[in-house]
Amino acid sequence: MSHYIVLRVVSKLMIPVILIFALYVQFHGEYSPGGGFQAGIVFTAAFVVYALLFGLDAAQRAVPPVVAHVLAAVGVLIFIAFGYAPLFLGGNFLEYKVLLPNDQAGETLGIIGIELGVGITVAAVALTLFYSFAGRDVR
Amino acid sequence: MEVRRWGCVIEAIIDIVLLTFLVIVGVAILLVRNLLAVTMLTGIYSLLVATLFVLLDAVDVALTEAAVGAGLLVILMLATIALTTQKEKVHAARQNAVALVVVVVTGAALIYGTLDIPPFGDPNAPAHVHLSPRFTQESPEEIGIPNMVTSVLATYRGIDTLGEAVVIFAAAVGVLLVLGTGRVRRRRDTEEHEDEARERS
Repeated sequence: MSHYIVLRVVSKLMIPVILIFALYVQFHGEYSPGGGFQAGIVFTAAFVVYALLFGLDAAQRAVPPVVAHVLAAVGVLIFIAFGYAPLFLGGNFLEYKVLLPNDQAGETLGIIGIELGVGITVAAVALTLFYSFAGRDVR
Repeated sequence: MEVRRWGCVIEAIIDIVLLTFLVIVGVAILLVRNLLAVTMLTGIYSLLVATLFVLLDAVDVALTEAAVGAGLLVILMLATIALTTQKEKVHAARQNAVALVVVVVTGAALIYGTLDIPPFGDPNAPAHVHLSPRFTQESPEEIGIPNMVTSVLATYRGIDTLGEAVVIFAAAVGVLLVLGTGRVRRRRDTEEHEDEARERS
């Protein structure tokens, strides 16, 4: 689709906006609708648009599949780390309020942390799925 | 008071229109044989469902449905169609009386079951008297963030969410094992093409 000049120009304007919106959905999730899951999908949408317009190999040069695979695991590990961290501070599994002296601040820190883990996992997994499906017909 | 009543009427009309569209799109998905069209209809279906979620004030769910159902799922199905075929194989339709009876009886039982469900928005419904008051009244104090969906998701039901994240990760592992990484090996002709472009610039 690389010969559609209008699509190329518009996508170059839109892709940064999509990425910023994904970050907004991610880090504003405590105050407005959204969170890690939605943000991850929106973040990947930007790369899917890029791959559709500029080709799969261009997208894979930007984010190699290996990076996506590693990040998918890293996201889950961040989540699990925020689950285990309270155990060392005298709390239960996933009991974030012991992370900081102030209960509310601790809870908020925990929520931001695990939402980040979910966001990274979802974005990486969605990208992995897209690569796996789209990269298969190259023979 | 008058304005409020008209608001309810308008909301009811929008609900009816959306639900009608939902049924039409659902029947169309069953009848249309071109899988490309079916994929697009599935995206429209998700978008309609997302709109209904907005009307029910479930904006978090609506955002997810719109992003996953109308966005990512359509892309993945298009990629699958590109790998396989656009035409659905049509088998000769056989009448099966037993299947019809089973479907009708199950449907009737499900509809009979809905008669016991409390009406929409009933403040005395079990869902509204058991855990909701606890979450809506005490979570802002306890967690300190305004979006209760996030606090329920991340703290009260943290282990559920951890399970979800692991399931998503497992899904990726499964697809990788079956389909491979999808890594594009750059062929020589594309590299030559790029070298030309570099020389020109």
